[in-house]
Amino acid sequence: MAEAKERKLPAPAVSPETQSYWDAATKGKLLVKKCTACGQAHHYPRSICPFCFSDKTEWVEASGKGTIYSFSVMRRAPVPYAMAYVTLAEGPRMVTNIVDCDFDKLRCEQPVKLVFKPTDGGSPLAMFTPA
Amino acid sequence: MSIKGKAYIAGIYEHPTRLAKDLSLAQIHAEVAKGALEDAGLTKDDVDGYFCAGDAPGLGPMSMVEYMGLKVRHVDSTDTGGSSYVLHVGHAAEAIAAGKCKVALITLAGRPRAEGMATGTVPRSRGGTPTPDEPFEFPYGPTVVNMYAMCAMRHMHEFGTTSEQLAWIKVAASHHAQYNPHALLKDVVTVEEVVNSPMISDPLHRLDCCVITDGGGAIVVVAPEIAARLKRPKIKLLGASEFIKTQMGGKVDLTYSGARFTGKAAFEEAGVKPSDIKYASIYDSFTITVLMQLEDLGFCEKGKGGAFVADGNLISGVGRLPFNTDGGGLCSNHPANRGGLTKVLEAVRQLRGEAHPKVQVKNCNLAIAHGTGGSLGLRHGSATVILERE
Repeated sequence: MAEAKERKLPAPAVSPETQSYWDAATKGKLLVKKCTACGQAHHYPRSICPFCFSDKTEWVEASGKGTIYSFSVMRRAPVPYAMAYVTLAEGPRMVTNIVDCDFDKLRCEQPVKLVFKPTDGGSPLAMFTPA
Repeated sequence: MSIKGKAYIAGIYEHPTRLAKDLSLAQIHAEVAKGALEDAGLTKDDVDGYFCAGDAPGLGPMSMVEYMGLKVRHVDSTDTGGSSYVLHVGHAAEAIAAGKCKVALITLAGRPRAEGMATGTVPRSRGGTPTPDEPFEFPYGPTVVNMYAMCAMRHMHEFGTTSEQLAWIKVAASHHAQYNPHALLKDVVTVEEVVNSPMISDPLHRLDCCVITDGGGAIVVVAPEIAARLKRPKIKLLGASEFIKTQMGGKVDLTYSGARFTGKAAFEEAGVKPSDIKYASIYDSFTITVLMQLEDLGFCEKGKGGAFVADGNLISGVGRLPFNTDGGGLCSNHPANRGGLTKVLEAVRQLRGEAHPKVQVKNCNLAIAHGTGGSLGLRHGSATVILERE
């Protein structure tokens, strides 16, 4: 296992626009924003849809299933970690980390599932581990 | 309105320093400005437009305008990271074409090495009010290198690009850097040395990464009637374009850069095609940056960049497309962690016939300079200029 030590994660900055996202994260749920006008989900969440500019956006809970779009293991860090983009089953790709796994076996398009990791005094972060 | 033929690059200067412990940031800006104006045969009092980006101290252009004692009627401090200065050349031409100025000065300076900045391997928060993206990225540990590395990883996955092919880009840069007395790294390296250097963030090795240096440079862009009375070779701007590529609301595609759009637009404005280009300055923060931009600018098909750069194809006198003949960011310098300005400088040297004789491209009458700023894997600014020797 390439990942031995835990690394300390900084707390995300919460804004009024994204409070619901972080509140859900503390309950172990990943939310994505979906536009009721054009039907498309986006990430990171905004109040106004970045595709059609409608303000009719709503929070939906993600299934927690996805695939690795790309990744890179940051070897030159005090505790190496796997940076990644994961393509959610709901459509959007999100910046995240792949955790609790052998970094040397990661591959693009590998199926992954949602886990949450605590931060230093803030909401937990949505991360992924091989499914 | 087109900027084609409306402006000329009349003066350039690159600071020789690579470690500026004894120089202030403002001082380096002023020294390169002085050098470029003297190169053009102009004086400070001729300058009526000033362009700088986020590396300049103070709020936009104001502190440097005051420090240098300029009296300008046009300013622009658009900041798209390392691509800013390529973009500024285009903006200067627009301002000149619109009659807003006649002598535009662009400066860059920085001392990340003297300041001991951990440039590429530590996640950075900008501080203050977070950008809307920051809470969804910064806590995960994005660094400069791992975000570019993800582009390389995906490129390898989709197109079969190899580490050895990427290494050829560094090898070509090192062949050129051996002739640049100011280059930080002057030793010629091999493909084996690149792929056997320590892994920083998969699949990028230490020698896939650019250098961290202090330094700076300046460019003087002038109106045609000014260029006509100067004694320097006339380097005409034929085309310029800029673009911001983003994650597109979650539809991010890491296999291409904004060069796909700036290249097409700049070539159309210039009325030339990639196969006409004799010399290319291509932003080289990492080897993958070069490979993707070459594809996106149209020098080869998407996905074929690996084969295109292999076997010395980018080495002057050896391959089809001589690139970064000063050694570029991979070997020579990367002042302020922003490499766009030095890309324009070497393109102008090539067009003037003033590159080192060992790397000078014969009959070099048409060149391209392209910059990428910000993060290739998160959001970046692209800028392209096409230049011709008249």
